[in-house]
Amino acid sequence: MQKQSVFQSRLLPYALVAPQLAVVLIFFYWPAGQAVVQSFLLQDAFGLSTSFVWLENYRELLSQPDYFGAIIRTFVFSFAIAAASLSLALLLAVMADKPLRGGTLYRTLLIWPYAVAPPVVGVLWVFMLNPSLGILAHGLRAIGIDWNPLLDGDQAAALIILAAAWKQISYNFLFFLAGLQGIPKSVMEAAAIDGARPMRRFWTVTFPLLSPTIFFLLVVNIVYAFFDTFGIIDTITRGGPAKATETLVYKVYVDGLLGGNLGSSAAQSVILMIIVILLTAIQFRFVERKVTY
Amino acid sequence: MANVALRNVQKTYTGGVKAIKGISFEVDDGQFCVLVGPSGCGKSTLLRMVAGLETVTGGEIDIGGRIVNQIEPADRDIAMVFQNYALYPHMSVYNNMAYGLRNRGMPKGEIDSRVQEAARILEIGPMLDRKPRQLSGGQRQRVAMGRAIVRQPKVFLFDEPLSNLDAKLRIAMRVEIRKLQRRLQTTSIYVTHDQLEAMTLADILVVMNGGQVEQIGNPLTIYQKPATTFVASFIGAPPMNLIRLPDSDFNLEAAGVEAGILGIRPEDLLMSNDAAPAGGIVLDLNVEAIERVGAETYIYGVRAQQRDTPTVSAKPGELPPGEILVRIPGQSGPAIGERIRATAPSEKLHLFSADGRKRIDP
Amino acid sequence: MVEPEGIRRYVAHLVLWIGIAIVAFPVYLAFVASTQDNALIANGQMSLLPGGHFLETYYKTIFVGSSGSTREPVGTMLFNSLVMAMLIALGKIAISIISAYAIVYFRFPFRMPIFWIIFITLMLPVEVRIYPTYKIVADLHLLDSYAGLALPLIASATATLLFRQFFMTVPEELLEASRIDGAGPFRFFWDTLLPLSRTNMAALFVILFILGWNQYLWPLLITTRDDMQTIQIGIRKMITTTDALTEWPVVMATAVLAMLPPVFVVVVMQKLFVRGLVETEK
Repeated sequence: MQKQSVFQSRLLPYALVAPQLAVVLIFFYWPAGQAVVQSFLLQDAFGLSTSFVWLENYRELLSQPDYFGAIIRTFVFSFAIAAASLSLALLLAVMADKPLRGGTLYRTLLIWPYAVAPPVVGVLWVFMLNPSLGILAHGLRAIGIDWNPLLDGDQAAALIILAAAWKQISYNFLFFLAGLQGIPKSVMEAAAIDGARPMRRFWTVTFPLLSPTIFFLLVVNIVYAFFDTFGIIDTITRGGPAKATETLVYKVYVDGLLGGNLGSSAAQSVILMIIVILLTAIQFRFVERKVTY
Repeated sequence: MANVALRNVQKTYTGGVKAIKGISFEVDDGQFCVLVGPSGCGKSTLLRMVAGLETVTGGEIDIGGRIVNQIEPADRDIAMVFQNYALYPHMSVYNNMAYGLRNRGMPKGEIDSRVQEAARILEIGPMLDRKPRQLSGGQRQRVAMGRAIVRQPKVFLFDEPLSNLDAKLRIAMRVEIRKLQRRLQTTSIYVTHDQLEAMTLADILVVMNGGQVEQIGNPLTIYQKPATTFVASFIGAPPMNLIRLPDSDFNLEAAGVEAGILGIRPEDLLMSNDAAPAGGIVLDLNVEAIERVGAETYIYGVRAQQRDTPTVSAKPGELPPGEILVRIPGQSGPAIGERIRATAPSEKLHLFSADGRKRIDP
Repeated sequence: MVEPEGIRRYVAHLVLWIGIAIVAFPVYLAFVASTQDNALIANGQMSLLPGGHFLETYYKTIFVGSSGSTREPVGTMLFNSLVMAMLIALGKIAISIISAYAIVYFRFPFRMPIFWIIFITLMLPVEVRIYPTYKIVADLHLLDSYAGLALPLIASATATLLFRQFFMTVPEELLEASRIDGAGPFRFFWDTLLPLSRTNMAALFVILFILGWNQYLWPLLITTRDDMQTIQIGIRKMITTTDALTEWPVVMATAVLAMLPPVFVVVVMQKLFVRGLVETEK
């Protein structure tokens, strides 16, 4: 963790870390701490008095069907987004990893969507699937589906999932490509000589060797689905219709902004923090375990 | 069991680079053939073409009477041992060996008996449950060979399998491989850049350089009668002394050549003060350096009259211009700065054309 | 590698092009829409080829503003986004590199605790601490300011971690030779470490710039004045609930403009970007 030879200055190191420490303390720990504290408080209707209510906020939250709905919804979304975007990205990465002509061109053409912002993603997909004038909406109606995400909660959910997965494809693609390139060529050649056809090679050799990357991306995608989808949701459905697309992070926003119930909103934030810390911890522990051979 | 035949095999990359310029030779059933040459000579490429890992742009590759140019590696009935072993990192040793057999739909019982038998031969029985990363280099090497053996293929292909081992292990494994091949009688093609490995392993030796074959034959024959100066300096260590003719010191009208290259191996030069034997040569040398390795002594000398004229230009494996190497058994020898005389009889001399590409036999 | 022959090769190319099509289609559509007449679009009769209103629409978008809910021309918003993204990227790189330098190359009390304090921030994105952060920024009178936009987003440790990993791979001998040559901490940093870090800094810059440019929730909360809004907010506000009011060409033009800088950066700095991304996350 430390270099052998170091400098001996007394004050300089403190001066060097000071800016980051300051920013981190003011804009991270203080707010995080405040969120925790606030989650234990309850403000009355006029904001005049606050009382310390311990876990009351939490208990109330957890007994709301709305909240459970949001939890389940968020996890369902996350897995759907992760599954869709990971499988498509893996397919593309496997194809792009072959020694084809134009390999770099394909890579360039597939990674730039990473740069597209969530709200823009939202706008693009709204445009395509807008019930009255969207091109894809026309297509869907042509094959008999009554497309109206403004009214149908499931369709709205599908829309969000599609848009979010679309955006993640390029990120996952990049990591899969890097993972594939980490598999020694000679191992694949040995498998070929050992009588394994391409499909069999993929499932018995490539996929197992890719599993650390897959696991890593799974966690990252889930965390992404928890948070980065905010921009997409706010642009397309605003959590509707009837909360069909309200994920946990969106609920924090809505309850705090509109509901004015800061205590509850804070409690939700804290719960989110715990979930994310758990997910990250799991990822660190398991991914670090799978050492390279 | 099968023979392997290469007929005018060529490999040209897109862009026009000719890696293999037209190679033909045959390996009989059960023979151990070694492809040897410096880095970049194309030997690995040729091996990979036989394996089916590289495409063939010209000529034919024939395994067991069947032309395999268009046939997938999986269907050629070959097995290959890679330089870095290429073991499946996520599978146990047992599964590494069983994988190829499972792919071919072999029944479990037979797979098990083959794997156990190979493990016994290679003495890796206790390791069947371990993963490659838990094994040492030598053990991994044996698993790689086990993987090849269980397949009982027509041909074994080896791509510099010993390069990653330390010197001692390399020597031990070299002998093991030879014994194994003798026992299994499987046709084998082995690639190496180490001429010592080549000499000790080969039934038939193919010396390559720059995408072409320099010489093919029995190792000892090649040692005794190298066909070109490349082969002469590549095979046999320390390398042969090469002297450009005409030279003020020798008179070789007997061979009837004006210009050419004269070769004499360090071990064929005798230290003596007698006159030159008939038809032989005499070299008067100033000793510049001495290396004693215990069993023998290498004497580096410079020819007294040859101060400024270079002999043959220095290439990898050859001596710097003007220097002659003499090898004598034992530990005694001259001191640095001494003047010595070395002679060689006519039958130990090698004569090549001026461009080094042809051997001239009197 | 075992080269794919014949039909497998075509399949691979085909799959890739389909992938590219999926990925590119929405954007292409946006571009086309930005060059056409609004009435046509609203009636669902938009053609699939670019129309003729390119210059007109874009001029209007950038300099004039639409008649929709944003009165602000997009040019201003682009500018705001640019400032914010640059501040975040440059600010983060600056404070992180010196922090990492201190942690790796110095020995001082509390070094490890400080490292952990910084490291933990990796785990939580800004959305989780959104309201308290808002309050703090408000209390510091930083609402509607560039500082307020950028500072909370500088507070995570990704860059510090990357620099730390990188510094650990710098050979000891460089430092030792430097010290023998009489260099102190500043000299070593400036003359040796910094030039070595150039590639990492460039890669980080790309990632952070995109991160900053694409921020949405945070700017939404802390900007109240129209002229401080970023382009992402602008886009969002253009989509009103009633289709009749939406000027689609302008919205699409804005979307295209919002995408240009980050996409440009990614494509041009592709190699660096890929490296940086893969290394930050590991």
